[in-house]
Amino acid sequence: MRIPRVFFPGQNMERRLTWADALILLGIVALVGFGVQLAKDAPAVVRGPSISLHPSVLPVYAVLSTGRMFLAYALSLAFSIGYGYWAANSRRASKVLLPLLDILQSVPILSFLPVVLLSLSAVLPQKVATELASVLLIFTSQVWNMTFSWYQSLTTIPKDLREAARILQLNKWLQFKTLQLPFGMIGLIWNSMMSWAGGWFFLMAAEIFNVGSRDFRLPGLGSYLQEAAHQGNTRAILYGLATLTLVIVALDQLVWRPLLAWSQRFRLDMVHDEDAPTSWFYDVLMDSSLMARFRRNWIRPLAERFDFWVLRRSQARMDRDQSRAGSNVLAWLVLAATAALVGYGGWRAAGLLIQVPIHGWLRVALGIVATFLRVALALALTLAWTIPVGVAIGTNPRLARWLQPLAQLAASIPATALFPVFLAGLVSLAGGLNIAAVALMMAGTQWYLLFNVIAGASAIPRDLHFTAELMKIRGWERWKVFLLPSLFPYLITGSITASGGAWNASIVAEYAEFSGQTLKTVGAGSIIAEATASGNYPLLLAGTLAMVFTVVMVNRLVWRRLYTLAEDRFRMD
Amino acid sequence: MEGPTPLLELQNVTQAYGTGAKRFVAVSGVSLTIHEGEFVALLGPSGCGKSTLLRIITGLQKPSEGRVLYRGQPLAGVNPHATIVFQTFALFPWLTVQHNVELGLKARGVPKAERRERAIALLDKVGLDGFETAFPRELSGGMRQKVGFARAMAVEPELLCLDEPFSALDVLSAETLRGELLDLWTGGELPTKAILLVTHNIEEAVYMADRIVIMDKDPGRVVRDMKVDLPYPRSQKSASFLSVVDTVYAVLAGRTEAEYVEMGTAPGQPGRTRNLPEIDIAGLAIVLELVSQSPTRSANLYDLARELKLDSDELLKLAEAAELLGFATIDEGDIRVTDLGVEFAEADVTERKQLFAARIRRLPIFEWLLDMLEKEEDHEMQWDDVQDLLEREFPSEEAERNVETVVEWGRYGELLAYDDSREVIYLETPEREEQV
Repeated sequence: MRIPRVFFPGQNMERRLTWADALILLGIVALVGFGVQLAKDAPAVVRGPSISLHPSVLPVYAVLSTGRMFLAYALSLAFSIGYGYWAANSRRASKVLLPLLDILQSVPILSFLPVVLLSLSAVLPQKVATELASVLLIFTSQVWNMTFSWYQSLTTIPKDLREAARILQLNKWLQFKTLQLPFGMIGLIWNSMMSWAGGWFFLMAAEIFNVGSRDFRLPGLGSYLQEAAHQGNTRAILYGLATLTLVIVALDQLVWRPLLAWSQRFRLDMVHDEDAPTSWFYDVLMDSSLMARFRRNWIRPLAERFDFWVLRRSQARMDRDQSRAGSNVLAWLVLAATAALVGYGGWRAAGLLIQVPIHGWLRVALGIVATFLRVALALALTLAWTIPVGVAIGTNPRLARWLQPLAQLAASIPATALFPVFLAGLVSLAGGLNIAAVALMMAGTQWYLLFNVIAGASAIPRDLHFTAELMKIRGWERWKVFLLPSLFPYLITGSITASGGAWNASIVAEYAEFSGQTLKTVGAGSIIAEATASGNYPLLLAGTLAMVFTVVMVNRLVWRRLYTLAEDRFRMD
Repeated sequence: MEGPTPLLELQNVTQAYGTGAKRFVAVSGVSLTIHEGEFVALLGPSGCGKSTLLRIITGLQKPSEGRVLYRGQPLAGVNPHATIVFQTFALFPWLTVQHNVELGLKARGVPKAERRERAIALLDKVGLDGFETAFPRELSGGMRQKVGFARAMAVEPELLCLDEPFSALDVLSAETLRGELLDLWTGGELPTKAILLVTHNIEEAVYMADRIVIMDKDPGRVVRDMKVDLPYPRSQKSASFLSVVDTVYAVLAGRTEAEYVEMGTAPGQPGRTRNLPEIDIAGLAIVLELVSQSPTRSANLYDLARELKLDSDELLKLAEAAELLGFATIDEGDIRVTDLGVEFAEADVTERKQLFAARIRRLPIFEWLLDMLEKEEDHEMQWDDVQDLLEREFPSEEAERNVETVVEWGRYGELLAYDDSREVIYLETPEREEQV
């Protein structure tokens, strides 16, 4: 399991908040303000299609859910490649694009769901709006890490390869095809896998969003599970979970594993790797003569024709290019239009925000504190169990061999799919929703930490273990001098991702409709959900913005510093 | 081989980086003409700007001043008639050997069948037939560089530029490849009109080129342009070969000048701050010991390099350091150990450290740093602050390298210490040691 590093754009590591950050935050305020403005026209009563619990609908639901995922993923891929390419090739654009990415990746995406749903349903037919909202939401959950990975690849291509490409006179397209894309491929595939895992989490939440008399739902696996939990139908819950697991495992075996095995050819290091990922399905494909013929007779000739077509066009354009100006004017126009829109949106947002009474703000503040505590508790509990277990697995290869695949399977089931199950089990207890909310946060985030701890523990050199043993370092001392410092970078990386996930989960965890009754607890997530239910738009805007702001600040002031410290002081390689 | 047609012309080329107080000249006022039929070696120590010059010649980089003419025309963008063979091979690891070779042809719109034919013929020529479908990672270093040559020659360049092409190879592969390239070149089997070889290896230059352009650093400039009139194939043991190598050594090693010239000035003062050579102090002792044992207390640098199996570049740096510390003088390619040098060579470890400390205290850069540390309250300074100050004298990478060398020398002489966790350089004093 490869653990991705968290990306922080290098140049503003040291500075805290720049003018670009401020502008971007303002832009988000404006965007959400617009959304809420639109949302006012959303229909007061929304009825979704009825969700059947009969097992025979499951294949269709699975196809629908996977289709949504695929659509969002295709969008993410296209966006990532374009955005990353732009940021890497234009110094001026990167000044805005990088901080923008940095903030967007830390924003709790689910907090936008109500605004997106309401505003889209105000302008589009309800069914289209719900579909679009789910795809958009999945898109926003998938896209950032892919974009970062791609951008990072583009900016770290070795100088000699870039020079070789230039001296061989490769045009832009050939450079993309033979240098940039292959170089970024491994990172792109790993991040695509992570994005799919994240995407399931949001899909489960986005297929059904049920507040008050507004019932947004789409036929799919997520809504099937929620409906099953709603009706207390244990058998249907099991059917649903089994189908979901089956889909996830099938995609892993038939799509991601083969891609991963294939991508090994794009490694840059010149040595043979014993632990390279393998895939039985990839081997089958590679051995099939039908595939070989298809590649020889169709793919290669078509690629060749395309290359030459681009070549002819680029030569023609090069001749024309000599006398071209004016694209600057266009850029300024776009910039001015964006500025005007941001200004207008910001103004409208401000108009909404002043309608929030003092006690409304107090509620928001209280909610933020409550959710913050819940996130912290979930993180602490998670750390408490993942560190010992992760170290046990990571330092014991035999244990790792059979536990790791199990853990990966468990991790692939999105926590949001399990939430109805938690709720069914815990709702009768005192403070049941509180416990369920923390449990959901943990369910969604513990795996990141577990895998990070395992990776960290197995990266500790054997000599260090031996030395510690020889010096008779035992018990707490052993943790203090040698295990925890070695794990530190991995713990931080895992915690950053985990806390982001926990904030996201709060939206669906703190407010739930279950068996006809409304359950809620104090928290920022429940404020957002409740404001959606009651149509309290100023509060919806205030809650969403407060949450975004808090998470961005925590990221900047706490996590980023710890991350820098970890990278500087404690990394072993 | 006097080619009448000038292929490439550099007119007063200067390359500078940065602006204002932090403007550094990497290459200064280089004028150079390469004619058809020439095999030119561009030779110089690391940091003399020879790779920069190669990038300017091929059009990968635009010089800050001066003109680059190709066949009399000013160069705009990458020169389509030139290619480079890279030190690191720069092969695309995800393409097969054949596809790597074909790539430049594809970019020029050569149809598939013709591309394949030409690639296979070239791979045949360099002795790689049968490896067409292999990936670069399956090949040895020498074979990878053969692919590099085949790829460069595939586009039939008029000017073939070689950027230290043999220095990443093991000795044997390098030797073989040099011979094979020369055979192709002298046998007229290359479509190339001229070859430009960038190297820091003196023997390699004398062995291969018919003209050597010698560069020196601080700032990078051409100091000598000499013909090598030895017939091919050249014997590396012949007297005429050795005499050319000796001449080149003499030019590169220079001659010891008056102390104030050698030492330069302190950072921040007018004049040039001396760039400290990056050396292994143990190696310095070995060289001094060896030379001081000879009856004349002197040795020919080239003989010494062969005896110690050192790269010419490494030996020249050691000689430079010995010269700077007053342990040796250099003249006409010979190194001569001074009395101090003999003392250093014969001393035990503690005495060596004391002697070394006494010598480096005299260097303006140490005087300057020790003085600053003395004035600081805790007798310590941040590494980055020292580097910042040095960046007024050197480009950033070199400033960093100089701080590294200062710290290493200071630690050896027990004048300075460095705390890696806080990144501070501090004065080594007895009280301080007790604290730690």
